[in-house]
Amino acid sequence: MHELALTEDLVALIGEHCAGRTVTRVVLEIGKLAAVVPDAFRFCFELCAEGTPAAGAELEIVELPGRALCRECGRECDLDSAFERCPCGSFSLQLLSGEQLRLREVEVM
Amino acid sequence: MCVTCGCSDPKPNREHERATSVRLRKPRGPERTLKLERSLLEKNQRLAEQNRAWLAERSVLAFNLMGSPGAGKTALLEAIARFAPELGALVVEGDQATERDAERIRRAGCRAIQINTGTGCHLDAHAVLHALAALAPEPGSRVFLENVGNLVCPALFDLGEALRIVVLSVTEGDDKPLKYPHMFRACDALVLNKIDLLPHVQFDPKQAIEHARALNPRVSTFELSATSGQGVESFCAWLCAFGSESAQRTPESAQPGSSP
Repeated sequence: MHELALTEDLVALIGEHCAGRTVTRVVLEIGKLAAVVPDAFRFCFELCAEGTPAAGAELEIVELPGRALCRECGRECDLDSAFERCPCGSFSLQLLSGEQLRLREVEVM
Repeated sequence: MCVTCGCSDPKPNREHERATSVRLRKPRGPERTLKLERSLLEKNQRLAEQNRAWLAERSVLAFNLMGSPGAGKTALLEAIARFAPELGALVVEGDQATERDAERIRRAGCRAIQINTGTGCHLDAHAVLHALAALAPEPGSRVFLENVGNLVCPALFDLGEALRIVVLSVTEGDDKPLKYPHMFRACDALVLNKIDLLPHVQFDPKQAIEHARALNPRVSTFELSATSGQGVESFCAWLCAFGSESAQRTPESAQPGSSP
């Protein structure tokens, strides 16, 4: 549900940078360990963008992989979600990357 | 409407103005793709740092209190008011609707401000900025920010707090830390509440703490019952000790009048 608030911030950020030009495409990076649901962003984006320069823009979501260091076995592992464990079975993971929530770029006309 | 950022607060304040001023990047020529690389959380983060500096200038500590609806967050604050009046607890209450929790806190003898988030599922740094200004905490006091009942969304939003405390009640299940890893990974303290009900529910406190420690080895844990009072004293003692340690640190680090 917080995706709605975050999408409002996304549309505001776009508005700050597009200087009134029409936005045709938005590229958003979402890490697989960020506590958000990409589909919820897609759902909210159309609603939030209405009446702004981003109205009707295509939203591309790039999902970035999760990476963690296991405190038990000392090895690094890939994570597809924050609910996963290391292949050794441990939940004791130090997250290294995958929590991004970033507006990468926009295309304007 | 607040003239500095367009929010609905009628009284703009200096901190707010500093916090929300946004520098616009000038358009550079005919390029079609604008590389931005901006975090969606940066506005909240900026306001959270603003809150942190505002609190530090006043030697006030804020605690972000999170947990499911019904975990006993408000009951814990009532117990803190009863057991540790020396903490000087002030409260910002976050709920989607009603003033009920703020009224409960006032009846317990503490000052409280209610934030109604409407459809919002979490407190954010902007709402807290206004609430802190309205609450006007005295130097040396402690502000508890009781978040909207929710084990997911509040984990993402820094409010400017010194500590994050999660309340988990024994009626919720001892596997919650594994099912809501974001929340339990990000907290400083875990309070297991309603332990007076343990004879009646299947909840293994050791298991819950083990799960929480697996995600977050440094988390401090407390077992208590806010209604019976069992265990509340040691939690309050920990809060007081944290406060006095931090109070020794803050005067050097605080720079009154500076903007973050």
